[in-house]
Amino acid sequence: MGLPDSSQDLSTEMEVDAFRRIFPLRFFERHLSESLRPDARPLGKARDTIVNPGLVSTADGSALAKIGSTTMLAAIRMEVMTPSTDSPDEGCIALEFHMPPICSPTVRPGRPADAAPVISKRLTDTILSSGMIDLKELCLVSGKAAWMGYLDIYCLNADGALFDAALLSAVAAFSNLEIPVVALNDNGRIVAISGGKDEDNASIIEKKAVNKEKRKLTLKNIPFSLTCILHKNYILADPTTEEESIMDTLVTVVLDASDQLVSLYKSGGTVLAYSSAVKSCVELARKRAKELKQILGEMDID
Amino acid sequence: MEIDREDGRTPNQLRPLACSRNILHRPHGSASWSQGDTKVLAAVYGPKAGTKKNENAEKACFEVIWKPKTGQIGKVEKEYEMIMKRTIQSICVLTVNPNTTTSVIIQVVHDDGSLLPCAINAACAALVDAGIPMKHLAVAICCCLADNGYVVLDPNKLEEKKMSAFAYLVFPNTTLSVLPEGSSVADGEPVEHGIITSVTHGVMSVDDYFLCVENGCAAAASLSAFFRKNFQQSQRDSSKAG
Repeated sequence: MGLPDSSQDLSTEMEVDAFRRIFPLRFFERHLSESLRPDARPLGKARDTIVNPGLVSTADGSALAKIGSTTMLAAIRMEVMTPSTDSPDEGCIALEFHMPPICSPTVRPGRPADAAPVISKRLTDTILSSGMIDLKELCLVSGKAAWMGYLDIYCLNADGALFDAALLSAVAAFSNLEIPVVALNDNGRIVAISGGKDEDNASIIEKKAVNKEKRKLTLKNIPFSLTCILHKNYILADPTTEEESIMDTLVTVVLDASDQLVSLYKSGGTVLAYSSAVKSCVELARKRAKELKQILGEMDID
Repeated sequence: MEIDREDGRTPNQLRPLACSRNILHRPHGSASWSQGDTKVLAAVYGPKAGTKKNENAEKACFEVIWKPKTGQIGKVEKEYEMIMKRTIQSICVLTVNPNTTTSVIIQVVHDDGSLLPCAINAACAALVDAGIPMKHLAVAICCCLADNGYVVLDPNKLEEKKMSAFAYLVFPNTTLSVLPEGSSVADGEPVEHGIITSVTHGVMSVDDYFLCVENGCAAAASLSAFFRKNFQQSQRDSSKAG
């Protein structure tokens, strides 16, 4: 066969960068055979993760999450709305994932990225089915008023593992969220109280405040996710864009704090996932969940 | 303790399957697949010249268009399109017709639970009808987890809503091998037990997931047998007519 021979001939003469561009798979396999990746990470290790809460002052809750270079900014705005008749004492959450052209050279203005609505739907399903948020906590007056949370997640830099970073930023934004103070005014409508030191305001708060001070939501069963690439016998945790474009089999495992499986998402891919590979991915996800739990815990204390 | 299902099926029993191919004349391949009351129509056009902008020109490209029964196209349909596109890309031989696009159009006729697996099965039958080269079929099944830990296969819409969690699983079809060793083995497990696609909803324990995979695998074997019988029958009919 022509190609392997020619690459062996050229590899001794070619620069590393050129070899990386022209024979990407061989470049990666050379590293994988030494159980390493080009950025010197061991196969099962995720990139450095940072979470910064409370960056957007105009939002009721916000957070910035960075996994390696992948950066996601999540912001929540709460608005009062009338709940539906099927669930009169539940609020709701509307989640939207945006991929603006800044995040990646493949995203052009005017043409929404293919991945954006898919990740949006997956995030909504994961957050709602994990039971992290009790929608009944978002109720104000049963049947008449409830909170609607608009969660917007903006991808600022797309470098692989978009779902993991987006989920982390959403969870961090919810734990940073403070529900604004509102009162029932004379017309029976909910009005926001700006928190000023007005005497009138103070008397309204004492008499008719629906919730006295800004409160935080109680989050139970927080979901943590890890995306892995399956390639021949190797399992790579937390891929970058370059790795995702060369090796196309991705498995995303979402576990919650009590070690239950919230989601196992594998969408096609050349490599079939056998039980042994799935078990290894779940193990890696367990370790990652512990790391992420610690990072979120540190964020809360600050 | 056994589960009582409303239509009297046992937990491992699938709904009656029906598949007809070559039902539309304009597309190069078409098929209709129904599992109980869920019915999906699939049509394949292609291969056509040229690939889309960001796609690799050295391989064949696939696009999936999902048309719901009613309503506008939203995120649900986009997600189904992406899952189906990636599943079809993994089962088809992409190097035979490089720089071409094959379109698979899915039309939902009726949704009574287990819609995505039904659509994937219909798409496979339509691809076979169109003669697109494939490595193996993608056999899709929906497995639900009931509250008492039992796995229920092929739920209808009411059952899907009631269950605490469900998983859509897609496996390669079983092979009837002429080799004396039987079907080929990779890593000590037969090739048919490998998962091509898995999409789960709801919270379940990791062991319950593997139980679903086991039951799903067994059901995929019986679905593979149905595919084989269906294709052989229509081949016999067409050769008699000729």
